Amino acid sequence: MDQGKKGFGAWLLILLVVLYMGFLIVAPIVSLIQGAFQEGLSPVFRSLSSAALFQALALSLKIALGVVLIQLIFGTMLAWVIVRQDFWGKSLLNGLLDIPFAISPVVVGYMLLLLFGRNGILFPLLERFGIRIAFAVPGMFIATLFVSLPFMIREMIPVIENLDRQQEYAATTLGANQWAIFWRIIFPQIRTALVYGMTLTLARALGEFGAVLVIGGGVQGRTETTTLFIFRSLDERRFTEAYTASILLGAFSVTIVYLADAIKRRQKKKEEIKDLQASLSFKS
Amino acid sequence: MHESLILEKRRTQKAEWVLRLPSILYISLMILIPLIVIVQDGFREGISELIHQIRLPIAKHAIVLTLWTSALMTVINAVMGLITAYVFVRFEFPGKRLLNAIVDLPLAIPTLVTGVMLVMLYGPQQTLGRFLSETLGIGVIFAPPGIVIALLFISFPFVVRSIQPVLQDLDQTQERAAATLGASSWQTFWRVVFPALVLPMLNGSLLSFSRAVGEFGSVVVVAGNIPLRTQTAAVYTLGAVESQNRLGASAVSVLLISISFFVLIITNAIQKKMGAK
Repeated sequence: MDQGKKGFGAWLLILLVVLYMGFLIVAPIVSLIQGAFQEGLSPVFRSLSSAALFQALALSLKIALGVVLIQLIFGTMLAWVIVRQDFWGKSLLNGLLDIPFAISPVVVGYMLLLLFGRNGILFPLLERFGIRIAFAVPGMFIATLFVSLPFMIREMIPVIENLDRQQEYAATTLGANQWAIFWRIIFPQIRTALVYGMTLTLARALGEFGAVLVIGGGVQGRTETTTLFIFRSLDERRFTEAYTASILLGAFSVTIVYLADAIKRRQKKKEEIKDLQASLSFKS
Repeated sequence: MHESLILEKRRTQKAEWVLRLPSILYISLMILIPLIVIVQDGFREGISELIHQIRLPIAKHAIVLTLWTSALMTVINAVMGLITAYVFVRFEFPGKRLLNAIVDLPLAIPTLVTGVMLVMLYGPQQTLGRFLSETLGIGVIFAPPGIVIALLFISFPFVVRSIQPVLQDLDQTQERAAATLGASSWQTFWRVVFPALVLPMLNGSLLSFSRAVGEFGSVVVVAGNIPLRTQTAAVYTLGAVESQNRLGASAVSVLLISISFFVLIITNAIQKKMGAK
């Protein structure tokens, strides 16, 4: 309705939004990049070659990739069960899924300490088998699983809801087994969403801080992920290292999320064209 | 034929459990059991001890600070989110696509990194930070305004992305009718457009509130950890865990979980109502 002739009020609102987002979101990002390169490139490169940062990055990646793999399997399975099956307690299950979005990461870490820590309920059992979870990588792995749990499922549920079931019925009638139906018919339709869900999970897992701090303790070289490295660098006033690692982590997360977004959008456009073609050919 | 159908149904029912059982187990182990354990631990010494722990001066200050900064953020976010969504859907202007893409940045940036960024911008050694503190007397870093700004950053997408699709699908005939009948654009907005956006706005605001109450990474960097001054509930919990104050940690955790639950129940009801429309 406002296309073409925009009043004074419209421009005022646009200006307000531009300024607000500029101050709130763009300015902090710019100032971080500026701050890291304040003393030129060489301190940045020196931080990049730090062994502690390298170890932290390696541990972050190891945990995050493992978490993505598990979430890929269980997330898809849970989404499938929620969309296609009906059973007693399903709505409770569905309600529980969003809890990791809402709970403070510190509380997540603490919950796991109550289970696996020295005074934890499961500690005697774990000790008998010589398994260490708290203040060790397995605990950080579980914490990261917890905080990233909803992403895959919430991404997959609408996609599974929209699957073309006619094709599945047709394949069943023609004698295809479950396995063939999944790989030939369902998988091609959910592929893009799988990639997107995995990317969101990866970004969330790499950025986790509070939960892994509480359950892992952040011991350098043993339980220090990239976020914990940044936190310790700030604490020890090694600012360039903190800024460099922050840029690295932030830029990586932003890049993968936007790449996945681009893939998703391209897929959507393709489907729209296909739908259009189908409707046109039907008419002629 | 009939019998084979029944057999087929039984077989698929059995097959369903192959996926259902691991799913239920996974959620029970990952979410349900930890929740039960922490709630039980919070009530270990009875509800009066839990309330006592929450009302201890340092804990109480942390909780009150968390609640008011989160509430203030939610109000600002609701208003600015509404304006931003409206501008994106209804107006064309150069740079709109770029700006629209920027909305999601806070979801991709780890919140600890957000904290580092804000210290870089508003820190006392920085240009803007020094200007604010020396000229205007406003301290941002290690002060409540910093907490509110950090919370605004991390929760910016929630309201915008909640309103945008609803506004996009809104039928504009009513607005045109109102305009034809001589209503000003201001009247049309408040009487016709706004009522349709109340639920999505509430939904996004509550989600951002719940997110803010538990926020840790950005707040711990921006506000620091000064008891009775800038310590929020999540940071208090961390301190209690580290100093082996199990009663305090569990009590505040149970309170935080209750707030999240409460908000989750309301947002679920709102989303159901929105879906029904």
